[in-house]
Amino acid sequence: MKTSNTKDIEFLKKQANSVRIEILKMLAEAGSGHTGGSLSAADIATALYFYKMRHNPKDPLWKERDRFVLSKGHAAPLLYTVLALSGYFDPSLLKTLRKIGSPLQGHPCSKMLPGIEISTGSLGQGLSIANGIALGLKMDKLDSRVYCLLGDGETQEGQVWEAAMSASHYNLDNMCAIIDNNGLQIDGHCCDVMTIEPIIEKWQAFGWNVIDIDGHNMQAIVNALDAAETIKDKPTMIVARTVKGKGVSIFEGKAKYHGLAPTSDELAKALEELGQKESA
Amino acid sequence: MKNTEAVKNEINRSEQHATRDAYGAALLALGKKRNDIVVLDADLSGSTKTASFAKAFPERFFNMGVSEQDLIGTAGGLSLTGKIPFASTFAIFETGRAWEQIRQTLCYSHLNVKLVATHSGITVAEDGASHQAIEDIALMRVLPNMTVIVPADSIETTKAIEAVTDFNGPVYVRLGRAKVPAVMPDAYKFEIGKAYTFHLGKDANIIATGIMVSPSLKAMEILKKQGIDAGVINVSTIKPLDTETILKAAKRSKLIVTVEEHSIIGGLGGAVCEFLSENHQIPVKRMGIRDTFGCSGSSDELMKLYGLTADDIVKTVKQGLE
Repeated sequence: MKTSNTKDIEFLKKQANSVRIEILKMLAEAGSGHTGGSLSAADIATALYFYKMRHNPKDPLWKERDRFVLSKGHAAPLLYTVLALSGYFDPSLLKTLRKIGSPLQGHPCSKMLPGIEISTGSLGQGLSIANGIALGLKMDKLDSRVYCLLGDGETQEGQVWEAAMSASHYNLDNMCAIIDNNGLQIDGHCCDVMTIEPIIEKWQAFGWNVIDIDGHNMQAIVNALDAAETIKDKPTMIVARTVKGKGVSIFEGKAKYHGLAPTSDELAKALEELGQKESA
Repeated sequence: MKNTEAVKNEINRSEQHATRDAYGAALLALGKKRNDIVVLDADLSGSTKTASFAKAFPERFFNMGVSEQDLIGTAGGLSLTGKIPFASTFAIFETGRAWEQIRQTLCYSHLNVKLVATHSGITVAEDGASHQAIEDIALMRVLPNMTVIVPADSIETTKAIEAVTDFNGPVYVRLGRAKVPAVMPDAYKFEIGKAYTFHLGKDANIIATGIMVSPSLKAMEILKKQGIDAGVINVSTIKPLDTETILKAAKRSKLIVTVEEHSIIGGLGGAVCEFLSENHQIPVKRMGIRDTFGCSGSSDELMKLYGLTADDIVKTVKQGLE
């Protein structure tokens, strides 16, 4: 297991900031897309791709890689950014998000872009797929791990709970799921639309090891990912408490930015904020 | 002519078998040969006949419980690690309950998953409308990348299961619960996308699929005695459709009759009409369930009630030729 030191954490924080900048630039260029949920999970995805996961951008189908399933497929800009910055494809492609002929579809398409394990976008399906991968890896006696990122609103889908049951039934300790628990969905606060609380107790009741963290504290994310690896015979769920639109004050905590891209003015303001943070 | 001789021998065979039994046996045989085959079920392994595979290869069998959506997703995930998953449950739950999972996860990403559903059509019988899948062909046929296969008997089922194992991509195989006569010749070579012509008729051609091939062959014999030359073509691959064979049948006769144990909307009849309307003008009569739900009853009673007996096919051909 890797151990994280202060230097790693500082690097990861800077990297997360760069990820946010790229996300906003590509969304502004596209003129549509999901800002809030891409920014809220930026620290988590950064920790996965630049700290935790074993993967090889030069060999995307490397058999012993760890797998990442973006169940909340609308955070595609986030996935595209961490893949580009990892070296899966030329970052100049990010400008083509959502444009005709681009492999960067509005939601991830596995047949069009290297590094994407499975096409997603219809909520609630990713965890089942991740479970299937985890089962297959165990059958092949590979110690690769599977990471699955879900939205909190997404857990309103019944299939998520079917998958919650089967992951613990089959003792999938090579599975680590993460909920980007930003508390907001398209129509407003999750607790008003359809409450998912008590979220910790629910996953525990379904037989999961649950770790509750601040999803923007890089040290906490890294620690949780490390801790998940030590758990035997059960899957781990990291409930990451996050802020929708995190990192840019005008987007933070606002449901309307779930599916809205920044205007050019908003982009300028956002980049200024992120630039200031980067140099701070 | 040679084919007609063969048919005579085949339809006189006395033993009947359910296609689901052939599936169970085929899985078991293939499981011994290949260790990349995995099987999933949703609490119906005794009925879908995957139980024998489960018993022989417990480490390669996953019962997902009563959860069809998770069944499809897990099968998809397994395929991503190079396994060949066969996922089975009753036809209505597999294609209906989990349709969107099949669309988004399996078809969009072109995953190598075999959906083999049993208990299709009205011959599920006494369980009634809730369990009688009469829309499943339509639901699967509309999906890009999906291949749809409906075997006529046990012989064809065995060959189809072997063929889909070697085929890369999502496949739907539609099987039944009831015992049906063997109609395909033993030497028959199954090929995905190829229809089998028993006889090409000059007056009419009956295009049938699944368990309706058997009564169609009986109808052909009855019509022959009455001086009507009707042919029978078994279209076991509904998608991709063997348009070459269908066009040939349409060009060489005056009438096409499609017969399926399925809604006349969106299934074999729909597929044939879609193709012919753009390629060759000829009268087409569609036989099947006419935009209604089924009901409880014995298989024989239901086939009579919904007009799917050999006599009904004879009547439809004669009316169509008038």
